[in-house]
Amino acid sequence: MADIATHDTDHATDHGHHSSTGLSNNKLAMWLFLGSECLLFGGLISTYMLYRGRVQNGPHPSQIYDIPFTSVSSFVLLMSSLTMVLAVSSAQRKDDAKTNLWLVITALLGATFIGGQVYEFTTFYREGLGFTTSLFGSSFYALTGFHGVHVSIGVIMLLSLMGIIKKGKITGDKAEVVELIGLYWHFVDIVWIIIFTLVYLIPS
Amino acid sequence: MSTATDTHADAHEHGMSDAGYVKIAIILAAITALEVSTYYVDFGPLFMPALLTMMVVKFVMVVSYFMHLKFDSKIFSFLFYVGLGLALFVYITALATFKFFIA
Amino acid sequence: MATNELPISSSQSLGAVRRPVNTKGWREWLFTVDHKKLGIMYGCVAFTFFIVGGIEALFIRLQLALPDGRILSADKYNQMFTMHATTMIFLFAMPMAAAFANYFLPLQIGARDVAFPRLNALSFWLFLSGGLILNASWFLGGAADGGWFMYAPNSGPVFSPSNGVDFWVLGLQIAGIASLIGSINLIVTVLNMRAPGMTLMKMPVFTWMILVVQFLLVFSLPVITVALVLLMFQRSYGATFFDVSQGADPLLWQHLFWIFGHPEVYVLILPAFGIISEVLPTFSRKPLFGYPFVVFSGASIGLVGFGVWAHHMFASGLGPVSVAVFSMATMAIAIPTGVKIFNWLLTMWGGKIWYSAAMKFAIGLVVLFTIGGLSGVTHAVAPSDTQQTDTYYIVAHFHYVLFGGMVFGLFSGFYYWWPKVFGKMLNEKLGTWNFWFMVIGMNLTFGPMHILGLQGQPRRMYVWTEARAGEGFFNLGFWNMVSSIGSFILAVGVLFFIINVIKTTRNKERAPLDPWDARTLEWLTTSPPKVHNFDRIPVVHHLDEFFHRKYVEDETTHVMTQVAKGEDLVRAEEAAADADIHMPGASYWPLLLSIGVAVLGMGIIYGTPIMVVGALVVLFSSFGWVLEPSVPEPIDFDSPSHDGHTKEIASLG
Repeated sequence: MADIATHDTDHATDHGHHSSTGLSNNKLAMWLFLGSECLLFGGLISTYMLYRGRVQNGPHPSQIYDIPFTSVSSFVLLMSSLTMVLAVSSAQRKDDAKTNLWLVITALLGATFIGGQVYEFTTFYREGLGFTTSLFGSSFYALTGFHGVHVSIGVIMLLSLMGIIKKGKITGDKAEVVELIGLYWHFVDIVWIIIFTLVYLIPS
Repeated sequence: MSTATDTHADAHEHGMSDAGYVKIAIILAAITALEVSTYYVDFGPLFMPALLTMMVVKFVMVVSYFMHLKFDSKIFSFLFYVGLGLALFVYITALATFKFFIA
Repeated sequence: MATNELPISSSQSLGAVRRPVNTKGWREWLFTVDHKKLGIMYGCVAFTFFIVGGIEALFIRLQLALPDGRILSADKYNQMFTMHATTMIFLFAMPMAAAFANYFLPLQIGARDVAFPRLNALSFWLFLSGGLILNASWFLGGAADGGWFMYAPNSGPVFSPSNGVDFWVLGLQIAGIASLIGSINLIVTVLNMRAPGMTLMKMPVFTWMILVVQFLLVFSLPVITVALVLLMFQRSYGATFFDVSQGADPLLWQHLFWIFGHPEVYVLILPAFGIISEVLPTFSRKPLFGYPFVVFSGASIGLVGFGVWAHHMFASGLGPVSVAVFSMATMAIAIPTGVKIFNWLLTMWGGKIWYSAAMKFAIGLVVLFTIGGLSGVTHAVAPSDTQQTDTYYIVAHFHYVLFGGMVFGLFSGFYYWWPKVFGKMLNEKLGTWNFWFMVIGMNLTFGPMHILGLQGQPRRMYVWTEARAGEGFFNLGFWNMVSSIGSFILAVGVLFFIINVIKTTRNKERAPLDPWDARTLEWLTTSPPKVHNFDRIPVVHHLDEFFHRKYVEDETTHVMTQVAKGEDLVRAEEAAADADIHMPGASYWPLLLSIGVAVLGMGIIYGTPIMVVGALVVLFSSFGWVLEPSVPEPIDFDSPSHDGHTKEIASLG
């Protein structure tokens, strides 16, 4: 029975023998997933690039983009990557209080970004760019909306993780779980780095 | 049974200090400021190459340092960069057949 | 005891949801995370869809047997060929390969399960949900009717107003998520769960081919996901992606679809290549000729497979440069494929060939796939392809590679591994009947289609007319009739297999532990394998480890002499069994989560309230999943075993 207790903290190396690569199953899976996500966002970005200049109704990209505003929210998301990596490094030092603090800040920054996106979408909508208005509208909302959904899922994961840590009900290695969510979070950030340049800064 | 914890300790050892992360973040912020400045200042023919270069630099910095790929096992880099490479290849090729880069 | 000091477990805190460990009967299957049970379930469901897809094919051939067929209306005919292809590819071929992969991959690498057993169960249930949603459309307003590639804008709301395409999009989306999760799971399994000593270049070729396939899936599925999402947004929420009046480019869908679709054809064929790369050496009594070449050619087929998608679009006006580039790339892919064919031939060369049913199907694959491969090379030549596009010549080509190749490989696998999975031998005599009816039926069905196609009979037309059927040898009527008769001979062949399965199941006689004098690790255990696969995790020293434990090579003469029998080896392993074996515990969450996803999907067609319900189920079961410990707590068991030998206790999540 004692064996059960040791296994509880040990779900990276399975089945009583060490993993062949010495790496964690969970981390391998997360990196594979992120590799796969490259092709998902690649498809949405390409669709946008192909269609961004095709406007038969409604506003043209250059007429509605608010670069100063988007720059601020891009900065917010970029900084959330810093706070996330600080959370990971605190978790690896087993500093629970700091981990929690940085997770809260990361979630808040993420929520700020989402708030900014909601504001941006409503403004654009009022200025005449709906989801169905033009090819530009459809592909813009599909791409940035997909990214927004990813950020939102990240925020939910961060908040849930905090709750689970607080109640002491985490299953598996805590530092690793924080690290995995961190990888996802940084990925969402690098996708935005690309979107910010290709969608907003380079005019069609 | 200690492989998992060992690898973490390693990653941390070869990883960066918190001050290091802050430095990376400052560089990223500076590049972002430079990116945004292209909206106000005319960069002429350098506009596109400069923006794309800065984008790639930011991307690689986050992946290498914040996501630890620089310090982690090469297998992780392989899995991620194969996906990224395929994405670049298929989508750039597809856009090329639309004569996207000629117009 | 240490167990008393454990933190409060979630299974306690969530009250009602005790982990379904130690269940019996149907519950044991519903909540299982055992890769072998899931493999069998994949196989059963996939075979059922094979029958469904086969019946759809027979309807098509009945309609086309005579001029001006009246069996089906034009509309029903469209639904029939769309669903035939969709079912055969997504609901039979892929899951049947997943069945083999699930069952045999962990066994071949000496593991006790896959890396993520609960995710494995989730994959299966999501696949089943996707398959049911796809086929539910028959009863809810008509099935999809746009062809398996569902070209936009034809699949848009204007030209396809029924809900069929919506069901198709949703079903494929969900089945796609299933495959994506499955592929990540299997890659991690291969990378991380190999037995000590099993380096990558000591892995069986089947495992290698499955690994390549999972990489193809993990990087191609997101592309079709994008295409399906765009189409769904257009159909359900009025987006403009494929609306030509808004300036949309119809080729966007074609690119996205075929960037996925071409790797997909290797996803279909490579598992079959893997199977016969196990069968041919075993029944030739020789090691596989040029193992590294077979492995690397498989990997390079996978890689180059990502660079040839536009050869499906030669007739769409891509422009001469694109056509030339993709034409060359396509021809290049014939090289690694040819390498494989020669390796198989040289494996058989000089061997003591045992013509078992499995071997017959494997040889059938080599011959029939080569025919299909050669007609494939004729499509790589763009001018020739422009002539053949959308004719029955294409239909002939891909049925030779898919039926003659993939299906024959899978049947070879059925005969080879049946004694391993069920502990009983399939009848060899019925197997021979099965094989010959299928070979003759398949050649009669698809052979004439080469002639029909070159004569210009278009695909996807629900009738042909006597007036334009031509004269003499090239008369369309004669060859259409031959093809239709052939399809029924083929069906009789499949019927022989079903009879064989029923007969075998009733048979009481147990199969020997090593009936074929096999070569790889899955035979180093009982048939069927125990829950924990291996009594002792094998330590691997050779490629074909099991064979090298039975035979020793003389240093000077290179003659192999048998030193042990398979049975003895299995008994020796049993005698030296590990004391503590920890297996993953069953779980409710995979099933519940997949139900949530299915309901969420249906909400896209039937309205937001249903979507909300689905989303809540998804959220609830995700939390349940995360909070479920990787190990079942002692409280999950009615009577915990205290002797330290229990095999029910899990070690991973």
